[in-house]
Amino acid sequence: MNAMIGFLTDPAHWTGSDGIPTRILEHLVLAFEALLLAALIAVPLGLWVGHTGRGRFVAVNLAGAARALPSLGLLFLVWLWLSGTLQGDASYVVPTLVVLVILAVPPILSGVYAGVEGVDPAARDAARGMGMRGTQVLAKVEVPCALPLIFSGLRSAMLQIIATATIAASIGIGGLGRFLIDGLSVRDYGQMAAGAVLVAVLALLVDLLLALVQRLVVSPGLTGAFSTARPVPEDRRAEPSSTSLQEAA
Amino acid sequence: MTWFLDHRAEVFDLAVRHLYLAGVPLLIGLLLALPLGWLARRFRPLYPPLIIGTGLLYTIPSLALFILMPGFIGTQILDPVNVLIAMTIYTIALLVRTVADGLGAVPGDVNQAATAMGYGRVARFFKVELPLAVPVISAGLRVAAVSNVSIVSVAAIIGVAQLGSLFTDGFSRSFLDPIVVGIIACVVLALLLDVVIVAATWLLTPWQRAGRVRT
Amino acid sequence: MNRTKIVLALTTTALLSVSACGSSSGGNPLSTGSASASAGGGSSADAGTIVVGSANFPENELLAEIYAGALAGKGVKVDKKLNIGSRETYIPALNDGSIDLIPEYTGVLAQYFNKDAKATDSEGVYKELKAALPPNLTVLDKSAAEDKDAVVVTKETADKYKLKSIADLQPVAKDLTLGGPPEWKTRPTGVPGLKKVYNLDFKTFRPLDAGGPLSVNALKNGQVQAVNLFTTDPSIAANGFVVLDDPKSLFAAQNVVPLITKAKVNAKVSDSLNAVSAKLDTTTLGELVKEVVTDKKDASAVAKEFLTKNNLG
Repeated sequence: MNAMIGFLTDPAHWTGSDGIPTRILEHLVLAFEALLLAALIAVPLGLWVGHTGRGRFVAVNLAGAARALPSLGLLFLVWLWLSGTLQGDASYVVPTLVVLVILAVPPILSGVYAGVEGVDPAARDAARGMGMRGTQVLAKVEVPCALPLIFSGLRSAMLQIIATATIAASIGIGGLGRFLIDGLSVRDYGQMAAGAVLVAVLALLVDLLLALVQRLVVSPGLTGAFSTARPVPEDRRAEPSSTSLQEAA
Repeated sequence: MTWFLDHRAEVFDLAVRHLYLAGVPLLIGLLLALPLGWLARRFRPLYPPLIIGTGLLYTIPSLALFILMPGFIGTQILDPVNVLIAMTIYTIALLVRTVADGLGAVPGDVNQAATAMGYGRVARFFKVELPLAVPVISAGLRVAAVSNVSIVSVAAIIGVAQLGSLFTDGFSRSFLDPIVVGIIACVVLALLLDVVIVAATWLLTPWQRAGRVRT
Repeated sequence: MNRTKIVLALTTTALLSVSACGSSSGGNPLSTGSASASAGGGSSADAGTIVVGSANFPENELLAEIYAGALAGKGVKVDKKLNIGSRETYIPALNDGSIDLIPEYTGVLAQYFNKDAKATDSEGVYKELKAALPPNLTVLDKSAAEDKDAVVVTKETADKYKLKSIADLQPVAKDLTLGGPPEWKTRPTGVPGLKKVYNLDFKTFRPLDAGGPLSVNALKNGQVQAVNLFTTDPSIAANGFVVLDDPKSLFAAQNVVPLITKAKVNAKVSDSLNAVSAKLDTTTLGELVKEVVTDKKDASAVAKEFLTKNNLG
């Protein structure tokens, strides 16, 4: 582990086009691009499935099946398919983005439809009773109530994206995976360990960031901060099963 | 497709190795996650550090763990045991929380009733809490199984033979067939493991089926 | 609860027995890419078995298959662990006994063990290599077949900058991006060597792969203007690339040679491998590589054909 500390403290590794900050930035930009694209696809789809209840069977199994797709295989496959037709840097970035989006859509889809589906029927009833129409119910009641699970899906997807973007260094892109692949090719354990630690730390920080956004966006009424119910005795209270739906999907 | 038909034996051989590298860690990981999850549930102060600690483990990139393993445990560089142990760590990381939450989902009334019937703590764990926690744990196990199958394929980069080898071989020759076959084989393998786990869960939870038998 | 125990026992047995199949089928020497997946750690090979390894590019895998087939033909027990990685990865594997034999190239290998290796001709390099090897390793006879590293550019680039040799890159290198395997960043024959021998300072170095599809594509796409490919690579001819001359012999002679643990050498082993080396030349090697990479034939099949044709296996 001295080698790793040595690598991280060497100032030469913090500058230049293959320095740590550059790689972190490359990794982050790619990750957020992928998350955005995946959300653009998955959120509307998930809202539709959750609100209308149609296509549920497909959505559930899609999430499970997609988790089985081997990311390395997908990366190689899409790269071989697209590399002939793209010029310049796009020939590496586009296949990577395609694969990242493919792997990120299922958890987000899962979180969104489970969230919308799981909204308290009483709240839906009340909304209709107040005169809201379908889309208004969706926008004003279902989505806000579904936010915790939606965020859970987003965070799960982000973890998957960051992990896969690391492996994508094997098809030539930049990012923190470079330290792993380049370190591997010369058996530089310090570089590899440093890369691993950086990826882990990055994943944690991004998750914290998303958690912060979640805290800001989700209504306090949902988090139980203002609970007016009488406290239930310890031994009679069942712990909420926090195996969140994206894991059970 | 003809490539697959010509290479059936080789693909099957690689698939079996893949199953070994993904499946054995599932068993061992589950066995090790059970006491850890129980500890997290039993002693409340342990829950956050255990859950956060194991969550951290999961963020370590798989490739790095495979490579650095010989440094930690002194195995030979090309030994598949490196992959086995790394995968077990990932399985535990996924399952500890699931086990803790599964055990926690057992209603307090049931535990109290069991104690009233005379079950000691250990007997209660094995005969009441664990069986009732099976549905939740099995959901987590299914996730772990599928994710293991995907992660193991990355080990092809360090030369460990399994279905991922089809990816590296196909890529180095710009040959799509092995890659496609490998992807399909991985998905089929994951499906297989999923079916086995679902079947085992179904057999282990007869009370969930009881309602339907009534006429 | 009997039922629970039965179910658990059955599931466990099922999973374990399938995985037992995995570990016991590790001995088939003729299936490509097989490895001994022994659970007990390390190679389960007994004293007579030779574990053949290979680097992570098709030509080396092909050579390993040829060696393995030749040895098996003479009755030696063979195990294969292919596609290990770069030299920096498999030399330690040789040292710790994970593998016993690997196809190598005289020039780069000599430089790996002796940074000051000077010879550039076949015989000189071979002599220096033998002197530079550590006591536990040895090389057998070298073959006439050579596969050298090369710096390759597209025809357009060569015409634009009037490039014929690597030395011609000197004035324009600062505007160009060089591509190569990640290990080139630090290897004496890579970026540092190009600087030392030819005084080349490229704008950037892009880590790609060891002369594989990433490198070929990057050159075609314009992501890099010069790239490291191997001289037997069929894509050089297929794409009309230009191989730049190496007048100062940065890439010394690179004859294919078996690198083997001394303890595993005996008469049978050296006879069969030397016979193979005698029959290999650069043209043949190039053709065989083309069959694997371009015609998509299995390395093991191509190796078998070669051995049968030459009465070696």
